[in-house]
Amino acid sequence: MSKTITIDGLTVPFREGQTIMDAALSAGVYIPHLCHNPEFKPHGSCKLCTVNVNGRNVASCTLPAVEGQQVLSDIAELNAERLALTQMLFVEGNHLCPACEKSGNCQLQAVAYYLGMMSPHYNHFYPQREADASHPDVMLDRNRCIYCELCVRASREVDGKNVFGLSGRGIKTILAVNSASGLLGDTDLAVTDKAVQVCPTGAILVKRRGFTVPIGQRVFDHLTIKDLQTGGGHE
Amino acid sequence: MTFELETAANPEGLKRIVIEPVTRVEGHGKVTLLLDDDNRVHQARFHIVEFRGFEKFIQGRPYWEVPVIVQRLCGICPVSHNLGAAKAMDMIVGAKLTPTAEKLRRLMHLGQVLQSHALHFYYLASPDLLFGFDSDVARRNIVGVAAAYPGVARQGVALRKYGQEIIRITSGKRVHGTGAIPGGVNKNLSPQERDVLLKDIDQVIAWSRDAVELIKKIYCGQADFYNGFGYFKSCFMSLVREDGALDLYHGGLRAMDELGQTIFDHVDYSHYWDYVHEEVKPWSYMKFPFIRSKGREEGWYRVGPLARINNCDFIPTPLAEAERKTFKVFGGGSATQATLAYHWARMIEMLHCAEGIRELLHDNDLLGSDLVSRGERALRGVGVIEAPRGTLIHHYHINENELIVRANLIVSTTHNNQAMNEAVRQVALQYLDGQTLTEGLLNYIEVAIRAFDPCLSCATHAVGKMPLEVDLVDAGGNIIDRLNKTSDGRCDA
Ligand code: SF4
Ligand code: FES
Repeated sequence: MSKTITIDGLTVPFREGQTIMDAALSAGVYIPHLCHNPEFKPHGSCKLCTVNVNGRNVASCTLPAVEGQQVLSDIAELNAERLALTQMLFVEGNHLCPACEKSGNCQLQAVAYYLGMMSPHYNHFYPQREADASHPDVMLDRNRCIYCELCVRASREVDGKNVFGLSGRGIKTILAVNSASGLLGDTDLAVTDKAVQVCPTGAILVKRRGFTVPIGQRVFDHLTIKDLQTGGGHE
Repeated sequence: MTFELETAANPEGLKRIVIEPVTRVEGHGKVTLLLDDDNRVHQARFHIVEFRGFEKFIQGRPYWEVPVIVQRLCGICPVSHNLGAAKAMDMIVGAKLTPTAEKLRRLMHLGQVLQSHALHFYYLASPDLLFGFDSDVARRNIVGVAAAYPGVARQGVALRKYGQEIIRITSGKRVHGTGAIPGGVNKNLSPQERDVLLKDIDQVIAWSRDAVELIKKIYCGQADFYNGFGYFKSCFMSLVREDGALDLYHGGLRAMDELGQTIFDHVDYSHYWDYVHEEVKPWSYMKFPFIRSKGREEGWYRVGPLARINNCDFIPTPLAEAERKTFKVFGGGSATQATLAYHWARMIEMLHCAEGIRELLHDNDLLGSDLVSRGERALRGVGVIEAPRGTLIHHYHINENELIVRANLIVSTTHNNQAMNEAVRQVALQYLDGQTLTEGLLNYIEVAIRAFDPCLSCATHAVGKMPLEVDLVDAGGNIIDRLNKTSDGRCDA
């Protein structure tokens, strides 16, 4: 008999070593998340995946599943918090969806739609952030970075390079590029690197590709993020 | 071609009439009149606040974003901006468009002009034209038209919808799609989509013919009044095809003077600044372009349907060409200068669009899959297109990293700035001078402006802002307060 937890009353099996998020995703149960990507070690920074386990709120992407846990996820209180977190992500950066080539393929936008976000609600910070187009094939637009560090992890763990890193704290955090000039063009980043493919928003882009996929054929034109991340939503 | 009434000799002590916002034009504008105690007009001005915020906004953005971002200038003719910018970016990526890409863009453009012209004629202009310029204000609107002329109103709605359907199919959305990209387009037409459009096209052509008949009847029924209303002479400018044909999508620049003499012809638009300059006047935020060789006094010009129909040697679709000939005969064989002839010319163009759409829909290139081409990179791109309201110029410079460093846009309404001011002054002189002002008489001014179908939202270049300016004016004519309204940005991808 495999071990199980329950998520919103549903019995979900897990293997030793899996987190609640892992167990949920394997079972086709969607818990909203942005900084988590099953291909990488959990990071636990965006807090979107927060669930209630036996009465305590915890990040499901980092908490190991333990036999008998009763997990609440899809409940009004947590969804309201997720919505507020998402809205804050929107106002902390400069996310102009109508002008962004990642629109329709963007996980931040898709999560916002999933959570029923109708407006940013909070006042925009309009931070001054630099775009870096010095690399011949890759563009870094910091306006859209949500500091999930997926690119950081991908560059180190998969590409065997060390192109990205976060620097600064709090609202002053920026995504730094590890080269003497601080420019992407002076790193060994290649367009085929995993770090280039992994960004959930439109912060790291392959140049000259923007808008080549027509509306109607973009990832989230027909799928919700839940469908995509749980393999079609068959629960 | 005078500047009479542009500036009053002694503005002190004159009373100021402000018409704002000018209704039933897209966006907001303001007219100010200075009158003396006998209501004689001393000064008449049409103001549009031009922010040019867009040019700033896109600095530092990658060039391939621009054809999509630039559509945010306007909810009425976003396709024109999409295409104008894409044409400029074609130059930057060194593309020679594939037949499929060019024809899809043309289809998109014809659909766009069709819907825009229908919107203007039926929704914005027909209340004046059908009921009279100073008719009962309560019914002088589209609702009144729908009650009195239900068939006409229905045709307007259906024509607009058809044009929007073309836009949706070619660009992915009815408003703010992503169809044209640097070097081509991002989707072709499926046979099913083509068949959907083919199904109604004959009806669309028939309705467009009705529209031409309607405006002809109205115009010729009061020919003297219509010819004389806000009359003035000016130069005209538009693109024409290599063989002199009307072409809304591509061509060389042609300009004629007020006597119908050619000023320049088949000019390569990528050097437009050798031919057109923009003048700044202290009282207006919007610039005043003029033809360089003629100078600022004589060189201002009109663009848009009237300019295009006057300028072209022929229209390459038969029904519209027949109507152009009739129009030309009515105008005595030379360029028609009447302000209200814009309405007539606009409907001839709408018919041309409908015919052009049918022709394209029978062309299998639309179903092709060769969508994008690339060539040698350039650092500068200029794209010019005949937008519904007239010549639209997009001009960009990029750096080696492919980011925009400089941009300049000249939109149709800016080209027409001097002409609209002239029309306002003529009407003020003809109908308002010495009269007690009524709503009906003030509407005469608006009718003159509306003939140009100005798009103030484009003209102001204000991304995400709807410029509405309210002046509070005291009895002495002094502005004592000014309010600016801006709307906040929205996420509606
Ligand atoms: S650039 Fe993208 S992947 Fe990297 S931290 Fe920012 S949002 Fe995450
Ligand atoms: S997904 Fe768990 S904290 Fe971001």
